[in-house]
Amino acid sequence: MFGKFWKSPPVTEAWRGFTFTRRTMLVGGVQMAIGGALAARMAYISIIDNERYVLESESNRLNLTLIPPRRGWIVDKRGKALANNRVSLRIDLIPDRVQNKAKIVADLQQLLGLDADTVQRVRRDLDKAAGFQPVPVAENLDEARFASILVRITDLPGVAPARGFARNYPAGAAVGHLLGYVGAPTAEEYQKARDPLYVTPGFKTGKDGLERYFEPYLRGKPGAKRVEVTAGGKVVRELDTQPDTQGETLHLAIDGDLQDYAARRMGRESGAAVVIDCLTGDIIAFVSMPCFDPNSFSDGIGQKEWAWLNGDTDRKPLLNKATRGLYPPGSTLKPTAALAILEAGVDPAERITCPGGYRLGNRFFRCLGRHGPVDMPTAIERSCNTYFYAMAHRLGYDRIAPVARTLGLGEDFRISGANQRFGTIPDSAWKQRKYDQAWSASDSLNAVIGQGYVIVNPLQLAVSTARIASGKALYPSLIARKPELVKTLPYSAEHLAIVRSGMDRVVNGNGTAVRSRLDLDGIKLAGKTGTAQVRGLASGSRGQSGAYRFRDHGLFVCYAPTDNPRYAAAVIIEHGMGGSRAAAPVAKDIFTYLYDRDKAMATLTTLEEGWGGDIPTRMARDFAGFQGLSIDTSEVEVP
Amino acid sequence: MIPVPQTLRRYPWGLIATLLFIAGFGMLVLYSAAGGSFTPWALTHGMRFAIFLTMALIIGFFIPLELMARLSFLAYAGIAVLLFGVELAGAVRGGSQRWLDIGFMNLQPSELMKVAIVLALARFYSMLPPAETPRVRALGPALVLIGIPAALVMLQPDLGTALSIIASGVVVMFLAGLPLWWFIGAGVAGIAALPVLFSFLHDYQQKRVLIFLNPEEDPLGAGYHITQSKIAIGSGGLDGKGFLNGSQSHLDYLPEGHTDFIFATMAEEWGLIGGLVLGFAYFLLLRWTTRVALDASTRFGQLTAAGLTMTIFFYIAINLMMVMGLAPVVGIPLPLFSHGGSSMLTIMLCVGIILAVQRDKSGTRRPFG
Repeated sequence: MFGKFWKSPPVTEAWRGFTFTRRTMLVGGVQMAIGGALAARMAYISIIDNERYVLESESNRLNLTLIPPRRGWIVDKRGKALANNRVSLRIDLIPDRVQNKAKIVADLQQLLGLDADTVQRVRRDLDKAAGFQPVPVAENLDEARFASILVRITDLPGVAPARGFARNYPAGAAVGHLLGYVGAPTAEEYQKARDPLYVTPGFKTGKDGLERYFEPYLRGKPGAKRVEVTAGGKVVRELDTQPDTQGETLHLAIDGDLQDYAARRMGRESGAAVVIDCLTGDIIAFVSMPCFDPNSFSDGIGQKEWAWLNGDTDRKPLLNKATRGLYPPGSTLKPTAALAILEAGVDPAERITCPGGYRLGNRFFRCLGRHGPVDMPTAIERSCNTYFYAMAHRLGYDRIAPVARTLGLGEDFRISGANQRFGTIPDSAWKQRKYDQAWSASDSLNAVIGQGYVIVNPLQLAVSTARIASGKALYPSLIARKPELVKTLPYSAEHLAIVRSGMDRVVNGNGTAVRSRLDLDGIKLAGKTGTAQVRGLASGSRGQSGAYRFRDHGLFVCYAPTDNPRYAAAVIIEHGMGGSRAAAPVAKDIFTYLYDRDKAMATLTTLEEGWGGDIPTRMARDFAGFQGLSIDTSEVEVP
Repeated sequence: MIPVPQTLRRYPWGLIATLLFIAGFGMLVLYSAAGGSFTPWALTHGMRFAIFLTMALIIGFFIPLELMARLSFLAYAGIAVLLFGVELAGAVRGGSQRWLDIGFMNLQPSELMKVAIVLALARFYSMLPPAETPRVRALGPALVLIGIPAALVMLQPDLGTALSIIASGVVVMFLAGLPLWWFIGAGVAGIAALPVLFSFLHDYQQKRVLIFLNPEEDPLGAGYHITQSKIAIGSGGLDGKGFLNGSQSHLDYLPEGHTDFIFATMAEEWGLIGGLVLGFAYFLLLRWTTRVALDASTRFGQLTAAGLTMTIFFYIAINLMMVMGLAPVVGIPLPLFSHGGSSMLTIMLCVGIILAVQRDKSGTRRPFG
């Protein structure tokens, strides 16, 4: 054993000294070996791995803050801004730098006058948040509030005031449904995109309408700011800033002034108005009212405002009625039916006698009057149901539906940003497919006067009118595009002229909209009124009175000038009780505006006085009323 | 080594220059770590060094080694009592207590014990008759002498110091000529018992060891120290970022940049070159202490100088291993470099005693020395 081996030599003073020297040399050698290993280790870290550690040291030292890009503007056909950016003063909290969460939130609540909802959200975000990712506290502060934070900034560790940009819609509610709105990205969107920009305060994405559809185009590229920070998060100095790149400018076909006028002219009514350029098919006004103010959404809409908008189930401010509102077109479909009847070979001069209705078997389909013998233009002028009942019965609706579709009714247009409901132009095959029932003659009679299964959106009505007026297969567009050759419709010019003469007489002859003649020299309006029943005829009521939501819709399609059509429009006033009564006067003023702005504005000014102010004023009052508050107009007294 | 001419041997100029270099370099780094200020660290560091250097020279030149040998057991016993004292004080106050406030610094008895254990063991083995060396009589008292302070320090709990006491003690036993197979056997048994020993450690100590084994697992928690230290050293490169330009230390990413991790603070600004120069200075110091041990005229002197060499080496090696991610974070400062009075006191005591060994000519020189 080892023991025996070591015991064998006698342990003497000399042996001990020798052992000590040997073992000390050994220990010294081991120490030198360890020292050498340490030197090698240090060389390895500082030379071989140097690059990696320099990078890590830099990433420690430098903190990259993203600057949200300014969104691209949205401009109308003249280059006027419909959506731009304004300076927004905002306050964020940097969680890492906050020392006392409860105190800082309480301080900010007092300084900024935050409401309970916001305080709760900030507390929640602050608990979840980690590191340097700022938590937004308030935006769109006024200079005074902002300054009140700036002067106390040293007492408020973690509070980061910033000057950013916010989306601004100068026309407010008038463009809400057209442009949509922007908002802060949701947690789901961040999960999907995995882009730190999505959690940068002040960054907004398009949430609806064109803002959403053209998001990649409008977004731009974020800038970045590099700062040197301590481990505790204190900024030592700013190093450099790379500016953001603004998003592209989106050019619309819309006429911003007309859009604004049309929206205002809708007044207190609920409805839609679409105006189309008969040369190009461009949509120059695209209005659905009432509407939310997209500025409110961009700032992060309050719960109360949301409840107010969402709670109006009669007038539905959140519904884009121009493309998502579906209505029976009523008599506005008669020009289309007339064109189909002509194309089927019927002589327009053929007279049908109207005794106040049409008998089909044992059912009597009523007309609005006793028109006596009427030819086709007269039938359009007077809106005689009997004429169209007789023709539909003779020809069958299957010969009318294809013409309606060619004119754009029931078509799902590829309109950027507008999520459409495109309705139905029925025929026998459709009914068989949908209800497994045979088409009946009474179905034809209902369909030909735009009732029954027929259901369309206002955009389609405007397009079909523009196509009749121009004779061209115009395709609608919200976006400005290069002029292109538009194909003509596969219908004889003669037939179209006959239909147009009927529409001319509706306004300028002895028709249903004579009260809405344009008060302009040499420019005449042609159109067709329509009244769409909300409840079936069987209910007995004609929908001319009673509860708002059971009243008939008023519709009007039109174009001008009559001799050389330039603009076409469709106006729908929900529950307006009649096309000539509710919709045609609106259309008249919109067309007046196109040719004589001053005259139209004078009319509008008078009207708005009666309605209680312009759109923002009325919305503010209505919202205040909803909140149970009243605006005290004597509040401000100038000394 | 800076050559020490024979004529000036009475005055250890080379040693003083080496010590001055290390402490002076330490002052520079502490000046930088304070953001370019002599306060709060660099100035006290320099002042302490001056006091302790004077103390070391006084010990080396005026206290005979024979006296130290005679007092070694008494000093050991006194410091053991102090260790009990801090343990009791800690128990009374609640929480761990490692130091006694003696005015200009906080004294850690455990630091003094690092010196006392070496002296006591050297005394024990110098008294032991040579024939007893391979017997159990040579082992038992030594184990008790090491075991008591090691256990007390472990209770504080201070793993690093306990290991330092054990390491110095074991080296003295080894150099005293105890049978080699005892150490081999104990080493094998120790490795086998590692898991059991590990279970005796406190939770936070266990965590440190585990994180040492895998620092990336917890980069923001306890592995943060090691990770940040490696970043500081690694980003320094060959010649460093320059004096006062270390971002890791100045922006507070490096924790304990003026005490345990001062080597990383230095390496960031002075690079590999600074590290090698400092390492060479330590090499000179240890070469001197080892030569003193080999040249010592008495057995007590031999064992004392060699044991204290190990004490100094243990500080340096464990601290450097720790800052380079080769050892767990155990809280051992870098001798004469880190800001801290206790460790400097210990090192300068070691230097003073070794100086006394060098000057001691009482014994007879042996042929194998």
